[in-house]
Amino acid sequence: MRQFFTRSPLLVMMLLAGYAFLYLPIVSLIVYSFNESRLVTVWGGFSTKWYGELMSNGPLLDAAALSLKIAALNATLAVVLGTLAALALVRFRKARGHKSLGVMVAAPLVMPEIIIGLSLLLLFVALENLTGWPEGRGQTTILIAHATFSMAYVTVIVQSRLAHMDTSIEEAAMDLGARPLRVFFTVTLPMIAPALMAGWLLAFTLSMDDLVIASFVSGPGATTLPMVVYSSVRLGVSPQINALATIFIAVVSLAVLIASVILYRQEKARQ
Amino acid sequence: MSQPRTLSNQSWSAPEEEPIVQIRNVTKRFGDVYAVDDISLDIHRGEFFSLLGASGCGKTTLLRMLAGFETPTAGRIIIDGQDMTSVPPYNRPVNMMFQSYALFPHMTVAQNIAYGLKNEPLNRAERRERVTSMMSLVQIQKLADRKPHQLSGGQRQRVALARALAKQPKILLLDEPLGALDKKLREQTQFELVNIQERLGITFIVVTHDQEEAMTMSSRIALLHDGRAEQVDSPRRMYEFPSTLYAANFIGSVNLFSGHVISHEKDMALIGSEETGGELLVHHSQPLAQGMPVTVAIRPEKIRVTDTGSGGANQVTGEIKEIAYLGDVSIYHVDLPSGKRMQFTQSNVLALAEQPLTWGQEVSLTWNTHSCGVLTQ
Repeated sequence: MRQFFTRSPLLVMMLLAGYAFLYLPIVSLIVYSFNESRLVTVWGGFSTKWYGELMSNGPLLDAAALSLKIAALNATLAVVLGTLAALALVRFRKARGHKSLGVMVAAPLVMPEIIIGLSLLLLFVALENLTGWPEGRGQTTILIAHATFSMAYVTVIVQSRLAHMDTSIEEAAMDLGARPLRVFFTVTLPMIAPALMAGWLLAFTLSMDDLVIASFVSGPGATTLPMVVYSSVRLGVSPQINALATIFIAVVSLAVLIASVILYRQEKARQ
Repeated sequence: MSQPRTLSNQSWSAPEEEPIVQIRNVTKRFGDVYAVDDISLDIHRGEFFSLLGASGCGKTTLLRMLAGFETPTAGRIIIDGQDMTSVPPYNRPVNMMFQSYALFPHMTVAQNIAYGLKNEPLNRAERRERVTSMMSLVQIQKLADRKPHQLSGGQRQRVALARALAKQPKILLLDEPLGALDKKLREQTQFELVNIQERLGITFIVVTHDQEEAMTMSSRIALLHDGRAEQVDSPRRMYEFPSTLYAANFIGSVNLFSGHVISHEKDMALIGSEETGGELLVHHSQPLAQGMPVTVAIRPEKIRVTDTGSGGANQVTGEIKEIAYLGDVSIYHVDLPSGKRMQFTQSNVLALAEQPLTWGQEVSLTWNTHSCGVLTQ
């Protein structure tokens, strides 16, 4: 590290410029969340009053709770489905339809969100007309839509982990008398756990972030946080949003920090 | 020197006892490639049996079929009287020690060893007792609570061995068990493996590419080549009486002279060879015909230096071209008048600064009629 700093001042400057580019906007957002003034861009002294007002803003809090709930459910669902897809892709290479499954699972990664949202909306409407389910659109349809595309990300993460795993470890378990299901739960699952956790976190943030798809497939009574923020920003940015964003940044940073510590420890234990 | 050719094939070849493993015309094809091509083998109870061969010879595929990870394309595998050809690995009375050891990275040493015992009808105390006895068998009692990543290569190898033995299998399969160890540790572990095998009386089947390892440990060796069994014999017979050119070349070093049969009696043959520029008299036990092209094989250490030749059979004269001094022995490369290069070794019995044989010297070499062999293929 010291070598790095003494070697080239230009490199250091570029590093700092890079960090500034990435993090200055976030820092200014955090600073302005403690702004006394009603105007977002004018500094009027330090205050935490917007945090207080945020706590009494019912619709916003409801939307945050809904978003968290959908994100958690989505992440869990996506991890289960994505792991199954990854297992099929890595372990059953000779099965018929293996290649087309690989392409189809990866499709949501490259498909524009607008198209995913629109096509899912059409699907839900057609399904409702045909079978009566889902009754209108709301939490369930958002959850299904989110799980559909976040599953693709989980599949990619778990797939690469599985592909790098020494298959003789699973064979050894089978050789010691464990049936395939026991092998999966006692050997495979613990070994791919870091990938599952990374996948869960990624699916969680993808769902928290999503505005476009959710706007297509949500209905009355199911408004996620990004939707509330977006619509309120159109009427002018309130400093409350800054406060909300600051809380989110704190929560997300903490989660990422915890996850990377866990991953780092497990990775170290493996070597 | 009487009858070395009938060297006993040892007790387990007793025909009345049923072999514990019977491999019957087993073939394994991957696409168009024959990994294993019509192999039949009998392995007896209590044997230390080696599958020896260069990489790609099919030895690992054969072992994996015994473990149940691959299903033969054709043929049957019978283990202890039961047809196991398509029985899944978790129902076979067989355990395997993997080349990579395949330890469970998230479990301690004790948990690794206990893994296979969960399906056994043992109570908690018996299970703990078994794990402890396995750990003391391979001398790793102190490592019980370590994780695999905290162990050295040699320690991991011991854990893998203990884990595979914990279920008291009828047969233990070992895939290159010493491949990942350094030379010193490997030599030491060879004898330990043999000791453990003798103490437990379990049949060991080992895959190895290292001929020395196979020679040291095995009761019998199957030499595999291109998916076929080239020769199945005790280490000593394999070395002294290779039955094919490939076997002669693969194990140890050998001088090969091509020639043809001049005349033959029931156990002696006179071979003419242009390469030695003379006649070779050889003890043999296979059917020969006059004029048949054959190869005579003679090991370098069986060759003696004589005083200038009497001109009899099994005698050649040539010029020393190269000397490799290895300390205990020296290897001499000799060019014969025909241009053929052959080698012989001599033990360095005396500590001399100068060896009595030197570069450019003419030497006469001879060997016993029992010490060489005739190869027809």
